[in-house]
Amino acid sequence: MARIIAGATSSHVPAIGAAIDNHKTEEPYWKRVFSGFEKSKEWFAKTKPDVVIGVYNDHASAFSVEIVPTFALGCAAEFPPADEGWGPRPVPVVKGYPDLAAHIAQSVILDEFDLTICNKMEVDHGLTVPMNLMMGTSNGGWPCPVIPLAVNVVLFPPPTTHRCFMLGRAIRKAVESYPEDLRVVIFGTGGMSHQISGPRAGLINSKFDKAFLDDLVRNPKRLTKIKHVDLMREAGAEGIELVMWLVMRGALDDKVNEVYRFYTVPASNTAVGHIILENKPKKSKSSRKKK
Amino acid sequence: MMREPQAYDDIPGTFVFDQERSRRGYGINMFCMSLMKAENRKAFKDNEAGYLTKFPLTPEQTDAILKRDYNRMLELGGNIYFTAKLGATDGHSFQHLAAVMTGSTQEDYAKMMLAGGRPIEGNRSKSGKNEPKAKSRAKAKGRKKR
Repeated sequence: MARIIAGATSSHVPAIGAAIDNHKTEEPYWKRVFSGFEKSKEWFAKTKPDVVIGVYNDHASAFSVEIVPTFALGCAAEFPPADEGWGPRPVPVVKGYPDLAAHIAQSVILDEFDLTICNKMEVDHGLTVPMNLMMGTSNGGWPCPVIPLAVNVVLFPPPTTHRCFMLGRAIRKAVESYPEDLRVVIFGTGGMSHQISGPRAGLINSKFDKAFLDDLVRNPKRLTKIKHVDLMREAGAEGIELVMWLVMRGALDDKVNEVYRFYTVPASNTAVGHIILENKPKKSKSSRKKK
Repeated sequence: MMREPQAYDDIPGTFVFDQERSRRGYGINMFCMSLMKAENRKAFKDNEAGYLTKFPLTPEQTDAILKRDYNRMLELGGNIYFTAKLGATDGHSFQHLAAVMTGSTQEDYAKMMLAGGRPIEGNRSKSGKNEPKAKSRAKAKGRKKR
């Protein structure tokens, strides 16, 4: 049986990708950001998941305003990096896991989450920057397959925090009914507080961010009650990306172990927040049967 | 036509890209999307006004694009991830655009970010109705650097 063993969240600031691609990670400004992910890379290398589910958003790369799916699941065998206007990022093609993705689609749609299925999709910095931060710079290819789940957070309204949390629950159920023995890690990306549009651009609300991280660990139900208007007011118009973190959290146990946390301001226009949560190890077979 | 009022219109300095703006701003965003291709960037640069006639734009929208009035573009239905492509076509970094939208120089904007960003205190609500009640006394204190 497949199971979700852990989740991680991370910002996906495009400038972080540019710093990697242009070899600027050792500059003091960027070193402050990247040093916060050294432990995360070690954790990922040690954990060696078989598959990652990457919850992210597209930024006018694969989807323009012509078609705007709320939840789009990548079911293809591979996802090439998108040309975001200055050529595709020089990162390897992302390999998918079509069998598990198809199984997830089959399961969560019957659980009333009406996904859009993408059998052809390019992926932008929203997915590949967190992959770099968690997996490293990947000269020889990424260490494991990644199933992308694109969430609309560009056109208002995005799905609610509650909806995202419940989708996480449904994904977990789907994974646990997949027969292959797979250890799955789920990423929630984007955030934390930032606004990049209009006269209020540059907004950062560290107090809100830190409380959000605390609630994400211990009291995610509280986060499922936040209204979009309050999320935008407190975390910035584009900080609404934080809804995606709730998909990750919904896919984990109610009680989790916090393995690692990192927070810094700024990366470009954004507060960087990052956390790794693990499900507690399962007890013996007999106690699991009781459920 | 007047815009239908929304609760989030009370957030200062913010143009939420919602369904109404998206519908009205379709031409702006499709124009910006066209700039993903090098040949289109060249055609636009060669004759800006002429190139814009290929898209369904109101005179106000065309004017905002030609003047690079980024806030006006957002107000008229442009979205930042799209209008940023126009900025890139002009050879500007994103931080340059952010500075322009906030009415500051790029240097000052960058300094503000390094100092912890724009504070939330005083930036929550136009009407003042949505400032936190008990904590609003701490306003002066909250202004200090993090």
